[in-house]
Amino acid sequence: MWSVGMHTQREFFDVHAVRRDFPILQQRVNGKPLVFLDSAASSQKPLPVLEAMERVYREAYANVHRGVYALSEAATAAYDEARAKIARFIGAPAVENIVFTRNATEALNLLAYAYARAFLREGDEILLTELEHHANFVPWMVLARERNVTLKFIPLTPEGLLDLDAFERLLTERTRIVTFAHVSNVLGTITDPAPIIARAHAAGAIVIVDGSQSVPHMPVNVQAMDCDFLVFSGHKMLGPTGIGVLYGKRALLEAMPPFLTGGDMISYVGFDDVRWNDVPLKFEAGTPAFVEAIGLGAAVDYLSALGMDAVRAHEAQLTAYALERLSEVSGVRIYGPQDPQRRGGVIAFTVNRIHPHDLASLLDQHGIAIRAGHHCAQPLHQRLGVNATARASFYIYTEPSEIDALAEGIEHAKRALRIS
Amino acid sequence: MAMSDLYREHLLDHYENPRHHATLADADFSHQASNPLCGDHVRIDVKLSEDKTRIADAAFSGEGCIISQAATSMLLESVMGWRIDDVEQLDPQHVLSLIGVPLTANRVKCALLGLKVLKTGIKLWKLQQMQHSA
Repeated sequence: MWSVGMHTQREFFDVHAVRRDFPILQQRVNGKPLVFLDSAASSQKPLPVLEAMERVYREAYANVHRGVYALSEAATAAYDEARAKIARFIGAPAVENIVFTRNATEALNLLAYAYARAFLREGDEILLTELEHHANFVPWMVLARERNVTLKFIPLTPEGLLDLDAFERLLTERTRIVTFAHVSNVLGTITDPAPIIARAHAAGAIVIVDGSQSVPHMPVNVQAMDCDFLVFSGHKMLGPTGIGVLYGKRALLEAMPPFLTGGDMISYVGFDDVRWNDVPLKFEAGTPAFVEAIGLGAAVDYLSALGMDAVRAHEAQLTAYALERLSEVSGVRIYGPQDPQRRGGVIAFTVNRIHPHDLASLLDQHGIAIRAGHHCAQPLHQRLGVNATARASFYIYTEPSEIDALAEGIEHAKRALRIS
Repeated sequence: MAMSDLYREHLLDHYENPRHHATLADADFSHQASNPLCGDHVRIDVKLSEDKTRIADAAFSGEGCIISQAATSMLLESVMGWRIDDVEQLDPQHVLSLIGVPLTANRVKCALLGLKVLKTGIKLWKLQQMQHSA
């Protein structure tokens, strides 16, 4: 029996009721009920999100910020409301702090181009970590080559936590940007952002937090952690693809030049003069993905109704159960912190003598969807000394029985490949 | 499709007892490549016939999933003695037929890694010969 945690008074939500909101989860794959364990790559979408987007297309669709007629006003109001919901969701002081992007990757590229290329000089240093996703790695690598900026990497402890002593040593007066994943998409490592941010600020650096794996899964408050920028993707948090968020402190956003240029991001264009629009629209050139933004607003409503504390408690409990259940399967090796309180709902693992791709194919035949590969974190896998890992990840609709199905599926795979 | 269908006996046999799994000290050329998606790695060494038109011997090494390693084993077994011009034109369906079970799109990439390495190796070797004779 799945019971309420002993150490919390918090009410858990009803997972069965949640699952009824996700039509896709009702299907069978290869004759078996779908067990979807790849939410860290992209989450499924509940009916209220699908319905919110369909409602715009059916009832209130016209381009935003342009028309003076009723439909355009309605679409603009809904778009603005979505921005306000997202600002509240992450504790941002105002809607002006919220820039819509395509996804976290685009938000990081925006920062690498508009912030770093404007304000960093040759010899400056950017401090990142060994566990970054390629999205928070490659844009800085390209910048470093172009501008002779130095990249330094905070190493990991054997347990898979950031080595904070090494961070202290690597942080210098030349460090201009510190950036890290709030939660690792491979090891699940949760990094407490506030102490790192305080130290970085004391050294004169700004801090970019990659919230792709934290904002969907736990309470995140940008003012409490005092980050300068936070990025995340809508599609990993019940929202549609094509919409992401860059949160930024207003003074920084105002000081930055634009990233992409065109319509909507200007306040005046003449034949020999152009003036930028105010933030956040300065960074939103062209017709935005406003239907998707409205969908993301509905996703935020859905998560808020469950309560982010409850979402985190649900996933922490699932993670604790999965760590225990998978460690009982012989040949399984789990990467990352062993303490479920120090990790998000993502578990990378290998099975002795089974390549992760073969494992994923064999599990797929049992209707179980997991990720196999390097999960866009090749440098981390080099550190771990493996080519690839299998990864199971959880969300609000994940049930403990699905973790049992995974454990049993691994046993099936071992038998199919004659591994005892 | 049942689980036993995908990892059918002959596939497992080639994975567990790969044919031509070695390196050749006297190879005329070697080539290697990885599949960035999963990190599969295959290296193929080729020894040519005296007139340099046929594959006299070939061996592979590397690591990766069952599909990539077994497919390479089957491929090398099948092309022994072939003219390299024919290998260069070989249809990918040849390898997929050797495997004999339907693969999803991503697994097709695993299956064709060995063929890609062999074909590229031949191309580069030919290019090198042209440059030498020029």
